[in-house]
Amino acid sequence: MIELIKKYINNIGLPRLIITLLFIGICVTAIIIGLPVGLLASDVIRRFGMFGVLALAMVPAIQCGTGPNFALPIGIICGLLGSLMTIEFGLTSPVLGYGFISAVLISLPFAIISGWLYGILLNKIKGSEMLVATYTGFSIVSFLQIGWVTLPFTHPEMRWPIGKGLRVTVSLESTFGGVLNRLWGINVGGVYIPTGLLLFFIGCCWLVWLFSRSKSGIEMITAGANPKFAAAAGINVDKNRIIGTILSTIIGAIGIIVYSLSFGFLQLYLAPLYMAFPAVAAVLIGGASTSKVKISHVIIGTFLFQGLLTVALPVANQMFPEGNLSEVLRMIVQNGIILYALTKMGGES
Amino acid sequence: MAQVNQIKIAQPKLSIKIRRLLFDNSVPLLFIVICLAGVYFSKLPLVFILNTLLSRITRNSFLVLALVIPVIAGLGLNFGIVIGAMAGQFAIIIVTHYKIAGFPGFLMCLLLATPIAILFGIITAMLLNRTKGQEMITSMIAGFFANGVYQFILLFLVGTLIPIKNPDLVLSRGIGIRNTIDLATETGLKYALDNVFKYPLFNVLVAISIALLIGLCMDYYLKRKKGYEGIDNFKFITQIIIMAFVLGVSLYIIMTGSILRTVKLPILTSLFIAALWSFNELVMKTKLGQDFRTVGHDMEIAKISGINIERTRIIAMVISTVFAAWGQIIFLQNIGTLSTYGSHVQIATFSIAAILLGGASVTKATSGQAILGIILFHTLFIVSPKAGNNLFGDAQIGEFFRAFISYGVIGVALGLHAWNKRIQAMRKRLEIV
Repeated sequence: MIELIKKYINNIGLPRLIITLLFIGICVTAIIIGLPVGLLASDVIRRFGMFGVLALAMVPAIQCGTGPNFALPIGIICGLLGSLMTIEFGLTSPVLGYGFISAVLISLPFAIISGWLYGILLNKIKGSEMLVATYTGFSIVSFLQIGWVTLPFTHPEMRWPIGKGLRVTVSLESTFGGVLNRLWGINVGGVYIPTGLLLFFIGCCWLVWLFSRSKSGIEMITAGANPKFAAAAGINVDKNRIIGTILSTIIGAIGIIVYSLSFGFLQLYLAPLYMAFPAVAAVLIGGASTSKVKISHVIIGTFLFQGLLTVALPVANQMFPEGNLSEVLRMIVQNGIILYALTKMGGES
Repeated sequence: MAQVNQIKIAQPKLSIKIRRLLFDNSVPLLFIVICLAGVYFSKLPLVFILNTLLSRITRNSFLVLALVIPVIAGLGLNFGIVIGAMAGQFAIIIVTHYKIAGFPGFLMCLLLATPIAILFGIITAMLLNRTKGQEMITSMIAGFFANGVYQFILLFLVGTLIPIKNPDLVLSRGIGIRNTIDLATETGLKYALDNVFKYPLFNVLVAISIALLIGLCMDYYLKRKKGYEGIDNFKFITQIIIMAFVLGVSLYIIMTGSILRTVKLPILTSLFIAALWSFNELVMKTKLGQDFRTVGHDMEIAKISGINIERTRIIAMVISTVFAAWGQIIFLQNIGTLSTYGSHVQIATFSIAAILLGGASVTKATSGQAILGIILFHTLFIVSPKAGNNLFGDAQIGEFFRAFISYGVIGVALGLHAWNKRIQAMRKRLEIV
């Protein structure tokens, strides 16, 4: 009997089980203390769609063998650049999704080039990807702080009215803010379902899944899972790692555009600094490890992690009106799960 | 045979030696140039820079020196000093609660912080022993995780489980420690260590440089007399020149009665730092220090020679964590306010950036590099906003530049280290084939 339970727990994964129980517990508390269920459910669904694509960016990175992409800020910066240029050049006609499509298109070349360069870097430092990735991300974000002040953007909506440089947050209200959320959005019994946002996320997942089934996708996964075997089979491991990194950077760029669009603001300066960590934590909670990942992990993990945070916020505020308990919970859960994954990674390879 | 070789290596040509010196220290040299340029362009008065720099050096050195031993023991740059800093802050909160003022309060802080830090160090080290090869990222994430637990304890357990009812410390709702705790009150810790004994900096420098000059000459003379073969003339002359330069400048400043004379050095704090520095040096001469070095160099060899690797690594982490806790207490008694949820967050980044600027790497660090690094890093910190303002018409750019430097220098150092490790591994593999 105990063996059976152990096997079952192993199947689900201990962290996934704990987080699920925590999530259910907090949901029950929310209902007991009488929080508006409809609003909460809408929020959970919105946050799920908003954050999903960023978490999806981890998939190609883990598949190609470089581990969770802690350098997600590189992709994020590309996405932000795309969005800013869209506003600057006024490419916000309804045909272009009020700027959404143009932002994605503009950020693509940036993401491809920087992903390629970063992929070359990652090939030089095999074995220490995660640490170097983290600090590459930090360096790029802090370097771009100088960029946000000096880059020649002129649109009055983005610049400080007086003084130099871009605002810390740029409102997307007059451009593509909430476009996907409103697209085919419906209300079901008090729960708002942002159909467009969800469809976009599911579509992205489907594309990544499709790629992993294609010839080049299978090649990439083989190169990541067993580099020696792949090399013996005539697969160029380094090239496939670069492909995975480029894909991850592109998805990261799209991810931040979707995130900002749903959030309503572009966040510049230090905001992207720690954005990789919740995305990494989400896929790990979903059941991924530092070397294995499935699309289902992204969907389950994002739902559990973002759902937990969304519901925990009002519940925590009811219990402790001051002090940010849900933020503390986020720190503990997010970093605890990453630590757990690191200890599961095993010793030096 | 080995000895003969060593002597041969020790005496190459002077030009090669200078070239090697320049190459080995390219990072600090580059940043010395950047710092001097920054000082020039900031147009700040020298006495202001020196005063600020001195207080920053005395308050930060201890933390940076805490990084040295884990590097030698092969644990890499210890991002986990954040955890030690938390232990220090726990102690400060307790001491502030019981209103133990001044120097006794400071000693009490050290005493209370030590067991907490030892416990934290053991836990961190056990975690690192399970993630060999990924120590640095683990210690970094462990710092983030510990920060969550720290906030949970101080924000939600104080007042509910931990009965503290002190309106100066606890938020008005009765639960949770305040965001900032003023240490500058009458019963506070501000300058508890710094103000015990202060003396003009340049007088101290004169005394130290004279003492060192005499010491160096005696050492050289004795070695000569004994016919010791490994005499390094180049090193000796460089040291003499540096010391004479320091002496000359200090005497000049004292004689001319420049305003720089007013710069005062907190003697006791400096002694604390000197004590830690000599501890770092002395421990390397013991059996334990040799174990650190062997484990850091090659775990396989250490295992074969019968060293308990796990235990050695735990000791290294505990030492580092305890020193980090003490360092944070020294840091905060100088600052004078404890920002409960913020004071510790950035110290790992800043300390690690500082030691790297001093020329250390992931596998090699000395206390001298730590001190040089602090001087450079904090000069950059002081002058860059003003220099940015004068050069680009915007102080923000200078501030962003220094943030970029602190992250960038860590990124580059880690990248180079990983690259090196890979190349060495490849060479090894080729040799075996």
